Amino acid sequence: MNFVQSIGARVLASLQGLGHAAIFFAGLLGVLPQALRRFGLVVTQVYAIGNRSLVIILASGLSVGFVLALQMYYALVTYGAAESLGLVVNLSLVRELGPVVTALLFAGRAGTSLTAEIGLMKAGEQLAAMELMAIDPRARVLAPRFIAGAISMPLLAILFSAIGILGAWVVAVGLIGIDAGNFWSIQQNKVDIWRDVGNGVVKSAVFGVICTFVALYQGYETQATPEGVAYATTRTVVISSLAVLGMDFILTALMFSTP
Amino acid sequence: MSKKGIEIGVGLFVLLGLAALLFVALKAANLTSFGQADTYTVTARFDNIGGLKARAPVRAAGVVIGRITSISLDPKSFQGVVTMEIERGYQFPKDSSAKILTAGLLGDQYVGIEAGGEIDNLAAGATIKQTQSAVVLENLIGQFLFNKAADAGGGAPEAKP
Repeated sequence: MNFVQSIGARVLASLQGLGHAAIFFAGLLGVLPQALRRFGLVVTQVYAIGNRSLVIILASGLSVGFVLALQMYYALVTYGAAESLGLVVNLSLVRELGPVVTALLFAGRAGTSLTAEIGLMKAGEQLAAMELMAIDPRARVLAPRFIAGAISMPLLAILFSAIGILGAWVVAVGLIGIDAGNFWSIQQNKVDIWRDVGNGVVKSAVFGVICTFVALYQGYETQATPEGVAYATTRTVVISSLAVLGMDFILTALMFSTP
Repeated sequence: MSKKGIEIGVGLFVLLGLAALLFVALKAANLTSFGQADTYTVTARFDNIGGLKARAPVRAAGVVIGRITSISLDPKSFQGVVTMEIERGYQFPKDSSAKILTAGLLGDQYVGIEAGGEIDNLAAGATIKQTQSAVVLENLIGQFLFNKAADAGGGAPEAKP
């Protein structure tokens, strides 16, 4: 009986947590207009979240492009289809790797700093002080960061894809010696602007919302102790990565189920 | 960092992101078809469309002049109805014919249009009368085997046990 009870308690607790997060999310959406009115705060956060993540995103994108081009070449050249190298790299970056890898890096680079920052604000009772001054900390602290994350993520993802394609171009045309004209024209023939690029952007926007929300929620709900902040930061990375991967499967199944 | 510096940094970041989107859209994808230039719709009926798919190109003399918008089955005649849009700059005579062709040995299938000789042009929404279906490999092999059998049996295939 104890076993059954423990299962029930766990399910109830996780459902309660989910419901709490959902209510928090709805509340956050409710205060977004207030944050939009003070757009300067959002700009500062875009700088902290987006600009500061630029270097790691560009470096990863470039190396992913290099490596994809090199590896795909060995497989494709067997079938005499080395010219399709650009297409393979382009589709895998624009559809999958761009949004997903960017989201994982984003969770590690920007999500953790958001959680730690807000967690420490809470530990230092800055959030409580704001509430005492009748300032809603969700509107003043959380909402600008949420908007900034949702803006930055699609931009970072498309930059990742673009720099990856450029990296593949360097390897394919410069190193391997594939004809540059074929490299681009095959991509232009087969990659669809709405179906492939558009869906990739939609994916990255969804991931941006997920990663930023998880980071903010973990920071806001953290235990106000050093251990609590450390635990919340870890949970941010774990939960956002798993949520991104799970959501990616659902979105891919919805978007690309028909050939 | 000063407020101005931050704003310049964010502006650069956003512009860089938009430039990347533009690059992917223009250089690495088919933004040209998004331009939806002026097109007119033409339909053609085929006995068998083979592996033709929507969004496959329509070519004349190998040049892409349009795309296939939809494919459906006519429930009365049991023919495949292929609807395509052709750029308005390319006008074809009324008696032009449409064929389903394959690019290379394993490539994708597309519709090839061959111009006819009439003076009047195809109007928007017109139907191409002369069509040639896709070559289905199974039928081809079947025909070949039948011919072989006919040759071997001296015109009497039922002579074999």
